[in-house]
Amino acid sequence: MVSKMIDATTTPWVQVTAPGGGTGRIKIRSSGVKVYYGDKQALKGINLDIAENSVTALIGPSGCGKSTYLRCLNRMNDTIDRCRVEGTISLDGEDIYGRTIDTVQLRARVGMVFQKPNPFPKSIFDNVAYGPRIHGLARRIEDLEEIVQRSLERAGLWSEVKSRLLDPGTGLSGGQQQRLCIARAIAVNPEVILMDEPCSALDPIATAHIEELIDELRANYTIVIVTHNMQQAARVSQKTAFFHLGDLVEFNDTAEIFTNPRDDKTQGYITGRYG
Amino acid sequence: MPPADRHLGARLLTHGSTLTFLRKVQHPSQHPVDRFAEDLARFEAVRGPFKRTRPYDTDSRIPVDGAGAGFSSKVSIGMSASYLLLVLIVLGLFGYYLGKSRAVAIPVTPESRLHSVPSYHGYFVALWAGVPAFLLLALWVMLEGWLIMALVLGAMPERLTNVGDQELSLLRATILNHANGIDTGQTLDPAIEAAAVHYTTLSSIGNWCILVLGSVGAMVGVRFALRQVSMSLRARNHVEQVINVVLILCSLVAIMTTVGIVLSLLFEAMLFLSHVHPYDFLFGLQWSPQIAIRADQVGSSGAFGAVPLFTGTLLISAVAMAVAVPIGLLSAIYMAEYAPPLVRSLAKPVLEILAGIPTVVYGFFAALTMAPFVRRVFGAEGLGFDVSSESALAAGVVMGIMIIPFVSSLSDDVINAVPQSLRDGSYGLGATKSETISQVLLPAALPGIVGAILLAVSRAIGETMIVTMAAGLSANLTANPFEAVTTVTVQIATLLVGDQEFDSPKTLSAFGLGLVLFVVTLLLNIIALWVVNKYREKYD
Repeated sequence: MVSKMIDATTTPWVQVTAPGGGTGRIKIRSSGVKVYYGDKQALKGINLDIAENSVTALIGPSGCGKSTYLRCLNRMNDTIDRCRVEGTISLDGEDIYGRTIDTVQLRARVGMVFQKPNPFPKSIFDNVAYGPRIHGLARRIEDLEEIVQRSLERAGLWSEVKSRLLDPGTGLSGGQQQRLCIARAIAVNPEVILMDEPCSALDPIATAHIEELIDELRANYTIVIVTHNMQQAARVSQKTAFFHLGDLVEFNDTAEIFTNPRDDKTQGYITGRYG
Repeated sequence: MPPADRHLGARLLTHGSTLTFLRKVQHPSQHPVDRFAEDLARFEAVRGPFKRTRPYDTDSRIPVDGAGAGFSSKVSIGMSASYLLLVLIVLGLFGYYLGKSRAVAIPVTPESRLHSVPSYHGYFVALWAGVPAFLLLALWVMLEGWLIMALVLGAMPERLTNVGDQELSLLRATILNHANGIDTGQTLDPAIEAAAVHYTTLSSIGNWCILVLGSVGAMVGVRFALRQVSMSLRARNHVEQVINVVLILCSLVAIMTTVGIVLSLLFEAMLFLSHVHPYDFLFGLQWSPQIAIRADQVGSSGAFGAVPLFTGTLLISAVAMAVAVPIGLLSAIYMAEYAPPLVRSLAKPVLEILAGIPTVVYGFFAALTMAPFVRRVFGAEGLGFDVSSESALAAGVVMGIMIIPFVSSLSDDVINAVPQSLRDGSYGLGATKSETISQVLLPAALPGIVGAILLAVSRAIGETMIVTMAAGLSANLTANPFEAVTTVTVQIATLLVGDQEFDSPKTLSAFGLGLVLFVVTLLLNIIALWVVNKYREKYD
């Protein structure tokens, strides 16, 4: 793994101002990120800075590498045998691929919500309590109950499940399951939440729920979301990055990308000409 | 062999196969002739007096000419059936091409197409060639013996047929034996010989008939089916129906075999329980199944309390599971989650080789290596326990090693089958590998793992060879794994080895034990299914 000095000038066109809120601080910096699956190169050197307390959307046609990039941010690619990552990604200035980094701690700071709701085969309570338990976030059962309640409330699920916390999480509807997974991610009190097409398996009403939720969560968390739905990117994000064939083609304020794309490929994709 | 002895033997052979002779071991001092006489007396006590048609004579084994005469023109049902099958195959192929070409010949317009493609019309005609003839053949095979025998008996003089049920069945057997050319070594009543010839003739005629009838039936079927071929014939659906019935019949064979096994087990076990009270059998604490032939022999009081066998089985199975479950499950976890692909691709087949080793070889290992090892470690020179040379521990440990692949291989598959999304979800929350395995993967894989373990348990309960060689035959009622114990299966094997009489409680007790074994494994399977269903509902 190649470690490089972090150089803000590698991404000169990034506007650090964050319209629609946010502190304006950079939470995650990545430079020259290259990912290989065996011999196949999936990412060809990505330079991308993600602002704190904002929603950054990654869009692009299938196979463009946006999910791969997302999974680099909490080192989920480590679980894939033939995957190799080069370049530098830093979280609050600390190289997450450095020798001293503990992936377990990293993933507690950078939570993840997956494409398909994947509640554990446990009760609703145990699903949310899973993270706090393994990280020892609660000493007493009352603390744990409080964390579970607060997480479910933040995920907008509390009122729907408070009477049946001991029922299996797999018994919920698809949209509820996805919000349960968000609650599960929130429960370990992460700084960043990565979402990999969180609404692709949901109906429009459940999708609207989740989008509202993302907008509320932005106040406390830095959110990176991969989506195939351009309206969704436009609705929930402040920044949008357009990936194409392993390259980052364009990265700008969402409003700019959708109203005034600078690259022809971006324009082609958002107007539906290809992708 | 003295002549009288030989004659008695010949006479007894005609009684059929229900009576087998006791072995010399059980009567070391007795002269064989006395034993035969004794057995004949015993048989007659059970089946009623044997009818002697003629005093014994040395030349009675010469075949009777009258019976042999009819044999030359005989066609057996087997031959008839194979000829018919040949005819049916030819007609079927012929019918297929006729049906197909007739369907092809139907003019097709864009507005009206054939309901089924031509090959289905071919199959339809071919099935009409085969199915009716096949049904006829099946019916004939089922009814042949009964029908012909009824005709033969009807033609016989009344003085022979107007007898009791047992005599009549003996008469039937005699006629059949004679007709089939089995030399029983006795001179028969001329009427019986005539009946045998009659039987042979009738059955030959019948078999010819079935060949001709079957062939004609097949041709009629083909002709009938060919007339049906038309644009609107739903040949495809008809063929589908026949396939459906064939599949049902095949699964019925499996089910009926199981039912048959259960019934035969049940009847013999009932016979046993009429000798020994079920309570004494199931709850008795003493097992010594030696029933003496005569009252003055040693050990004339048999004891059939099966509790020592049950506890022995449980003890050895428990030891085996204590070895197999942790080792199997942990190695499955290693192979599924930790091992690099190369190690996994090597280790898994190697582990599965364990399952391919014959149990007799495991028996050697248990008796010659493990038992002395156990004795050395735990015995007087080691930890100071009182270890017998054949111990439940040695047999159980080796059996556990044998069962490891059952647990590991199945559990490995089950753990691998847990969706990757659950692993991702757990890792994404910052869980370590072992946390993910113990808290997410194992609960999700539990139904399959329980299934694997129960399969291993039934394997352990049914295992015979290792225990025979390493744990011994003494039915001790003990929970001490250092003592020799015996199991249900070992006792069944011991009870049925060699020539045995099938009406003594000793032999019949094997069926009683078999029934218990069957019921226990059935219960285990039911529990396994219940567990699997309960959790599957929850985890899917």
